[in-house]
Amino acid sequence: MVKKLTGAVLAVLAAFALGGIALHRHEPINALWIVTAAVCTYLLGYRIYAAWIAARVLMVDPTRATPAERLNNGRDFVPTHRAIVFGHHFAAIAGPGPLVGPTLAAQFGYLPGTLWILVGAVFGGCVQDMTILLLSTRRDGRSLGQMARDELGPLGGFASLIGTLLIMVILSAVLGLVLVNVMKHSPWATATVIATIPAAIIVGLYLRFWRPGRVLEASVLGFALLALALVGGGWIDQQPALRDLFDYSGVALAGLVCAYAFVAAILPVWILLAPRDYLSTFLKLGTVLLLGVAIVVTHPVLKMPAVTGFVDGTGPLFGGKVFPFVFITIACGAISGFHALIASGTTPKLIGNEADVRLVGYGSMALESFVAIMALIAATLLDPGVFFAINSGAGVVGATPEAAVHTISGWGFPVTVEQMRALASAMGEQTLFARTGGAPSLAVGMASIFGSTFGRGLLALWYHFAIMFEAVFLLATLDAGTRVGRFMLQDLLGHAWAPLGRTSWYPSVIFASVAMVSAWGYFLYVGVIDPNGGVNILWPLFGISNQMLAAIALSIATGIIIKSGRARYALVTLVPLAWLALVTSTAALQKVTSPDVRIGLLAAAGDLAGKLAAGTLPAAKAAVAPQLIFNQRLDAVLTLLFTAILWLIILDMARICVRRLRGLPVPASSEAPYRARGELHAAGAVQ
Amino acid sequence: MRRLSGAALAGCLARQAGSAWRWLRAVSGDDAYESYQRHHAARHPGEPLLSRGAYYEQMQRRKWSGVSRCC
Repeated sequence: MVKKLTGAVLAVLAAFALGGIALHRHEPINALWIVTAAVCTYLLGYRIYAAWIAARVLMVDPTRATPAERLNNGRDFVPTHRAIVFGHHFAAIAGPGPLVGPTLAAQFGYLPGTLWILVGAVFGGCVQDMTILLLSTRRDGRSLGQMARDELGPLGGFASLIGTLLIMVILSAVLGLVLVNVMKHSPWATATVIATIPAAIIVGLYLRFWRPGRVLEASVLGFALLALALVGGGWIDQQPALRDLFDYSGVALAGLVCAYAFVAAILPVWILLAPRDYLSTFLKLGTVLLLGVAIVVTHPVLKMPAVTGFVDGTGPLFGGKVFPFVFITIACGAISGFHALIASGTTPKLIGNEADVRLVGYGSMALESFVAIMALIAATLLDPGVFFAINSGAGVVGATPEAAVHTISGWGFPVTVEQMRALASAMGEQTLFARTGGAPSLAVGMASIFGSTFGRGLLALWYHFAIMFEAVFLLATLDAGTRVGRFMLQDLLGHAWAPLGRTSWYPSVIFASVAMVSAWGYFLYVGVIDPNGGVNILWPLFGISNQMLAAIALSIATGIIIKSGRARYALVTLVPLAWLALVTSTAALQKVTSPDVRIGLLAAAGDLAGKLAAGTLPAAKAAVAPQLIFNQRLDAVLTLLFTAILWLIILDMARICVRRLRGLPVPASSEAPYRARGELHAAGAVQ
Repeated sequence: MRRLSGAALAGCLARQAGSAWRWLRAVSGDDAYESYQRHHAARHPGEPLLSRGAYYEQMQRRKWSGVSRCC
């Protein structure tokens, strides 16, 4: 009865908040409406839809022994309390994606992004994460690639392996680019980020030799070191002799980021990668919590209109209409294929009871989606003029501040050079014009929220705190991505020549790491020299690849549901799959074939080639034009490749489903046989 | 309605704080070695036990050989 009553209250609140958002279309709206609508939507989804899927579609069985119990080895297979698994899983899936995507999508106004984040998460992302988590738990924690091979066939398995490797490359490149844009000509940010490396090493030594494994003590030490790095960076920024040592161009920073990632990928993990991850995880969770509190305390008014004129495809951050590009841009906050790798990795080996998948799978993704909502709020509370001035590349709005404010004010979003100068000086930066990538504008948004909650005097410190927070976990994801990419590459190469597959043989380690870093380093370099900022090309490519991975995961899930004879429930995964296939294919088609040079990669390459041949390009642009042209054509090929892999998997799944519905033989289910919980202990069967 | 005495309230708060602390230790991996020791004593008595340092090193190597961080 109480449950039903809370459900009803939630439903009324959600309807009220969403109605409020709908009715306030032409006046500024308070962020609290959006927070309320989001929280109620997630709770309803969790209580009703997730519970129904768990009971009817997945047939979650609390009496069934999980692999953590059956294969308990005290190491990776360990039955763990669901609150702890939830923490682990959320920390693993929460990355920079849900912060950057919504910021970029804010060019369409706050409404399209908000709606997709909510609908996409409740019906897509949360469902995918929970389903894959249960399917992997039922299969002894097998990975997504293994499940594709077992349940669909070798073709599906191979396609998902190649797809995953390519995503690692694109993901690392785009995160590297965001990072470079954060540090470019900002001595404070650069000095702080560089100082986090020795800080991580000190923590690593502490954890390995001085007090092995005392993670919490080491994290307190790490926090003190990070605070020192933050304040120290500010001090360096004030010293004319020192600040020049940390003032780098984009290309130089790209080189440094590549060198760093290479070293981090080949060093033993305890030196740099593991301690950096502890720091970044604590910083990430702490900051997200702080941001949530600060948004509720300050309940700011959103200054961005609900829908801007840029839904027609003329937006300055990236070209393309709201359909399909809002769905490509906001990947991680609504549905992220990458999560399926985590949900079929460490997490299923910790699940102590099948019933926990609802909290761990669905619940973690709902929280991740809420992070995306907060990022959207932080982006849309800025003056739209300021937002566009920070996020538009010089190639779009003009290279000088005067030209940029003229263009942006002309769109109906007034902004002045003085306003931008005052803002930059308050944030302790030289300039905030054309700081593309989403991270700087998010930091400005966060600094203004934190500033008005905890004191405006420290704006510059808050800004650089936000920058450090973003940079630390961009770097953590970059390290981890490069390392995993290296393992995947070695695994693939091992088929060609066995010694290359040995993960501890140094020649192979170095070769695979160089190959991986060069692959993403190339896209990073081209992104850095691109006068339009590079993010406008790389981010959609990342979105397409991530949605492709989600489609792979949903195909596997649909195939398994139909194979198990429950075709009538297959719509649960089939509908999000169909939507993703539609969105991703439309976006890919437009990226390749559109005649608009701001959308079509080939059109842009052709246009640039024509101008280069005619000699009408300025000298600086002519020098980089050949590389840009080659890159745009390469990106077009990659986009086609992603789409091909996507349809290959879908057709492979459809083939299996049709065979099953016609009663023809299909690959047998790889589900582990039923064992009752507790039975193993009683029988003494555990090793 | 039952009145909550000061001592009962303090006890309740202490229990909440205790379980939050245990959650934090478990979720961060701070207590990983202790769980390993317990598992080892229950399942593999008599076999050699890894030292704290060696266990930590092995745990990190295992954790970072797969996809454990996302975008």
